[in-house]
Amino acid sequence: MADITLDAKGLNCPLPILRAKKALKEMAAGQILAIEATDPGSAKDFESFCSQTGNELVKASEANNVYYYEIRKS
Amino acid sequence: MANQKKLAIIATKGTLDFAYPPLILGTTAAALDYDVTIFWTFYGLQVLKKNRNLKISPLGNPAMPMPVPMPVLVQVLPGMEDMATVMMKQKMASKGVASIDDLMEMAIESDVKMIACQMTVDLFDFKHSELMDGVEYAGAARFFEVAQDADIVLFI
Repeated sequence: MADITLDAKGLNCPLPILRAKKALKEMAAGQILAIEATDPGSAKDFESFCSQTGNELVKASEANNVYYYEIRKS
Repeated sequence: MANQKKLAIIATKGTLDFAYPPLILGTTAAALDYDVTIFWTFYGLQVLKKNRNLKISPLGNPAMPMPVPMPVLVQVLPGMEDMATVMMKQKMASKGVASIDDLMEMAIESDVKMIACQMTVDLFDFKHSELMDGVEYAGAARFFEVAQDADIVLFI
């Protein structure tokens, strides 16, 4: 269950990443940020974001052109 | 952070379209915990202006997708540049692309450092008061000080 949910639907690169970073900054280690996005590029971008920042991408899925991610803050 | 990665960008262009790459890459790198410095020179200084009025021109840019085919002789007519700029901004807003004003604000919020080329400021008779507050004024030697220990250096 996510601690915070970020609605990034309709936003294009790099806004979903920037908003996610901003949200994570306010969160405590171990908390989960859920993100909903419609940018198809966000699938690879959130993988890359997590591999570079050390946060854990615990869930990534897509349904009806909406991408859903869960990131656990490191 | 002692082992923080560093990105240094030289931004030389001042059209609406080319204002994007340095700001998109700079803000994204900052989100990836990079220490980011952008050195704005020549037309890039237009992006640093407090009252920036960036435009896009189809003229001389055959790669720009147009809603209807437009001969070059039509592109030179008065008002075409403003029209193209308005249309591009509308298109960007409809696709959820951030405005340059928004990206610049996010860059400043995430501590992206801005250096303005003092030589170009003199060349174009710009005043420091016309450019954003908090900008550093320096020359090529300062850029190399930043670039020499950067992990990534980009020229845009």
